[in-house]
Amino acid sequence: MAQTFIEILRRALDEEMARDAAVYLLGEDVAEGGAFGVTKGLAAKHGATRVKNTPISEAAITGMATGAALCGLKPILEIMFIDFATLALDCLVNQAAKYRYMSGGQLAVPMVVRTQSGAAGGAAAQHSQSLESWFIHVPGLVVVAPSSPMEAYGLLKSAIRLGDPVLFIEHKRLYAMKEDFVDSAELPTIGKARVAREGSDVTIIAYSAMVRTALEAAETLAGRGISAEVIDLRTLLPLDMATISASVSKTHRAIVAHEAVMSGGVGAEIAARIADELFDELDAPVKRVGCPFVPIPFAPELEKALLPNALSIVQAAQELVR
Amino acid sequence: MIKTSGALTPRSHFYWITLVQSSAKPADWKTLLAQLWRIRLFEGHVQRLAAGGEVPGFPHLSTGQEAVAVGVCAHLTQNDVVFTGHRGHGHSLAKGCNLTATMAEILGRDTGLCRGRGGSMHLVDAGCGMLGATGVVAGNLPLAAGAAWAAQARQTGAISVVFFGDGATGAGVFHETLNLAGLWKLPLLLVCENNGYAEFTSRAEHSDVAKVSAFAAPYSIPSATIDGNDLIAVHQSAASAIEHVRRGDGPYLLECMTVRLAGHYVGDQQQYRSKEELAEALKKCPIERLKSYLLSQGVTDDELMAIADQIKQEVQRDVDAARAAAAPDPASFAEGVYASPLLAAGC
Repeated sequence: MAQTFIEILRRALDEEMARDAAVYLLGEDVAEGGAFGVTKGLAAKHGATRVKNTPISEAAITGMATGAALCGLKPILEIMFIDFATLALDCLVNQAAKYRYMSGGQLAVPMVVRTQSGAAGGAAAQHSQSLESWFIHVPGLVVVAPSSPMEAYGLLKSAIRLGDPVLFIEHKRLYAMKEDFVDSAELPTIGKARVAREGSDVTIIAYSAMVRTALEAAETLAGRGISAEVIDLRTLLPLDMATISASVSKTHRAIVAHEAVMSGGVGAEIAARIADELFDELDAPVKRVGCPFVPIPFAPELEKALLPNALSIVQAAQELVR
Repeated sequence: MIKTSGALTPRSHFYWITLVQSSAKPADWKTLLAQLWRIRLFEGHVQRLAAGGEVPGFPHLSTGQEAVAVGVCAHLTQNDVVFTGHRGHGHSLAKGCNLTATMAEILGRDTGLCRGRGGSMHLVDAGCGMLGATGVVAGNLPLAAGAAWAAQARQTGAISVVFFGDGATGAGVFHETLNLAGLWKLPLLLVCENNGYAEFTSRAEHSDVAKVSAFAAPYSIPSATIDGNDLIAVHQSAASAIEHVRRGDGPYLLECMTVRLAGHYVGDQQQYRSKEELAEALKKCPIERLKSYLLSQGVTDDELMAIADQIKQEVQRDVDAARAAAAPDPASFAEGVYASPLLAAGC
């Protein structure tokens, strides 16, 4: 039976808590299920000491998760919206990311910070951002952005077992997405992208909710005689350049599509790397699809007008292939 | 505490910690005096080496504040963990960090505690529970609370201690941490070294709250304000504070009034402090005060001189060893960012 992103994510948390007694959850409202219900029922099952509600203190709870990770726990912290990660930046950037390196390898921070991002339903400028590119600029962090319920299941489990601090970014538009749960012994490797659809004319590199949009665009493009390959990055830091390289060497054209503003975004980094490493393979400039440089507006008409969609990707692909 | 494969885990010295019991005798005070001297001399070397251009960065000295580090750490076990800030040399040595490896780290050598990756403001010695200095004021507070939470959750019986200055009370995360520590009854000892200055700005200019301990009560945390330059007072107050924390009764805030005899960092000309103020501060030197006490208790000048000479020689020997060590291989700069080579390769 098909399950939602939220249900499958909860299953991953539940299984990891059962598997490893060092896994603890903390965050605002998590004992009640959290703002989106991801952790619902876990306190009753695993005990109130392992699923802890916290005050609205992002700086302190991120620091506490980090300190606990130094001392034998594997905390999973929920930051309700990525917009609120701004309040935890000292800890994420200066402390958690640097501990392994600054201590000469003596200590590590096996912590997962689950958060959600993206625009949907008029959440407006302070609850809709896609801030992932800030974090890919920080050595020591790992940034994961799953594209579907089953992807989230595997990637979250791998993240919990990784041993380094992971920012795990869920997209709020994916929460209601349904998939059949498929039991698989194999978990994805953090740092490895996947080819979500094979193609030969153009490579569309996407992550998070934009993978679904890219697949939609690829379907439309197929009807117009353009064969698009879609790469689901899964991990934004580190970037799997090997998978990107193999694809672009085949298609000779690349589009990077994300919901974050284009300027200074993940797409800029990937475009630069493609230019550095694959210049001779390119038959056309690398295209970026993303939000214009504007805060996310409130009114549904404005929000819709701003967000990149399948048509934006289709148009970009047609420009490249023509 | 997580130990990672291939980690550098320096040997730590505990020879003095075990000598001290909470009901200390004059013999124990002599041991603690030796520790004060050890830190003072160590930082004297840091100052001289920094002036000579041998220390990268900008080290911050705890000269004048040594009694807090020594008086508190005397009660800690190897399982207890300590977090400190940018002025953390004294806490590191008092917790048991190897002196040579600590100096080597401050000098940026490969044999340093952190293989030259951390430096003066980021000393870590996981083997002895010195879990870290942080260069961001107040950034260490929630880390220490998290370590306390882990000890509570895992029922290890360990406590977590965090040293911070009065300047840290201006940060929101100080209050967030106190709220959480009190709420969760964490085994956390908060030690404020109130030296009256937040960097170059006096307490009168940065806060209207005269006593840092006043922040504790609203969060249901017991507290005390004591003379942090009186080693015996620190030792005794720390004993009861730690007993409270270890018993599982929750956190405790110990405010130690102290003086910074040096500048904010080595090279700070301290034009914001008057000559009179500095002269007054010198009178509060914790070493001189403990010496006077011991002399009044019948310990002889010769005995004290012998201790001082021995410490001086040991520190000189260890500092020389640190200075003789090699710098890290420049080609190794990228080592140790991530656990997995795959991650490092993709960055």
